[in-house]
Amino acid sequence: MDTQFPRIVITGVGLAAPNADNLKTYREKLLNGISETRELDLRYFGKAPAGICDFDETRYRKKKENKRGTRAGCFGVYCANEALVDAGLSIDHYRRSRIGVYVGLTEHGTVETENEVYNISQYEYNVDYWTHHHNPRTVLNNPAGEITMNLGITGPHYVIGAACAAGNASLIQGVQMITLGEVDMALAGGISESTGSFGIFASFQAQGALGSATDPREACRPFDMSRDGIVVSEGACIYVLEKLESALERGATIYAEIAGYAINSDAKDYVLPFYERQAECMELAMERAKLTPDDIDILNTHATGTKQGDIEECKAIRQVFGDGKNTYINNTKSIIGHAMGAAGVLELAGNLPAFTDNLVHPSINCKDLDPECKLNNMVLDKPVQLKSVDTILNNSFGMVGINSVIIVKKHQ
Amino acid sequence: MTRDAIKDLILEIIEDIDEDADFETLQADKPLRDQLDLDSMDFLDIVMELRKRHKLQIPEEDYPQLATLDSCVNYLEPLLVDA
Repeated sequence: MDTQFPRIVITGVGLAAPNADNLKTYREKLLNGISETRELDLRYFGKAPAGICDFDETRYRKKKENKRGTRAGCFGVYCANEALVDAGLSIDHYRRSRIGVYVGLTEHGTVETENEVYNISQYEYNVDYWTHHHNPRTVLNNPAGEITMNLGITGPHYVIGAACAAGNASLIQGVQMITLGEVDMALAGGISESTGSFGIFASFQAQGALGSATDPREACRPFDMSRDGIVVSEGACIYVLEKLESALERGATIYAEIAGYAINSDAKDYVLPFYERQAECMELAMERAKLTPDDIDILNTHATGTKQGDIEECKAIRQVFGDGKNTYINNTKSIIGHAMGAAGVLELAGNLPAFTDNLVHPSINCKDLDPECKLNNMVLDKPVQLKSVDTILNNSFGMVGINSVIIVKKHQ
Repeated sequence: MTRDAIKDLILEIIEDIDEDADFETLQADKPLRDQLDLDSMDFLDIVMELRKRHKLQIPEEDYPQLATLDSCVNYLEPLLVDA
């Protein structure tokens, strides 16, 4: 194995967010703080604010396939194809056996299982009416596998379960597999179909962690004194990852280069976050990227709008960045809600165009900043124009104590 | 249920599975799978729909009887006589 690690770059982005079905529109809406969170009426649960995506579900496969597969698979197929188009890549550019598909999920099978239990409830719980599609839909690799079937990719495909850090974790997996020489190109990212599950909403509500507001667009309020919880969103984002030299060879547009990353565990609590491990995770990612806090231009926070979660992350940032003057801090969930397994990659994608426009998109819905969340250079309500954006640090944390950090840098 | 009604039922179920299914040139005595975009999982969908709509429990050994539109009608006619 080479001792010199290859430089790996992002050359394509395919996404479906609650306010956009492509990066250009998504960026415009983030810069203008346009949320399209709406009210969703869920079986058993009732109404709740939620991030729902509108995208062309049959652009890359027939409705028949969408019916047979899962919502997550539908997202995956759309985003993977969009990422290839965005990268200007034909699926035959790399050998299909040398392409890997790595998808991050917070959970999978919850929606399908709930639907099926509801289905048999219409038949007095007679399991003869349980669908034969249940197992292929709920195997954990389903969304990644649906991508490979659609594109005829014969390299490895699997799913990374890492709660709400899963998007980042899969991006890291893709980077590592290229680094190891296992694949030449990776389609890596995250998917969330969680808005289809009443149980996920009910569980957050039981935990006292479900965001609310008269206007659903104001339900996700990270750092605001009145914040009362998470807005559950569906969504997905898949990246094309390639070696820098391969990307340059084919004249690709390079969004960013992977500079460093880290994943660690709190080893502490099922749901409560822990700032010390979060801080260590950021420090480790910077150490690997050979960067210091002063080198980070944008920090995209994980903050979901829960009381303790936001405070904990701000404590971690304060510990690592102190009164750092160079780092601008934003939050994407305030606009799109919490896209669970897609959150990390979708939020990073929203920040990537900053390498071109040098703008930092704002957090919204923070009218009364919680003093415990106060940090230097928080970007609230309006975008901030910087002279140059060269680095982005992306936090993404999850339940049962998993933290992930990715740092990307502008390709110069 | 008349033979025509059974035929319509099967085509309606197939259309639910695949709304792009083209019945224009469908030959009733030729296997459905050779003419339409259907596979074994789709056939299980047809079996499930018959169960849901008409409480029919079709044993696995009888699945080959559903191969063509004609054989479907022949097989289902006595089972749906009161439907």
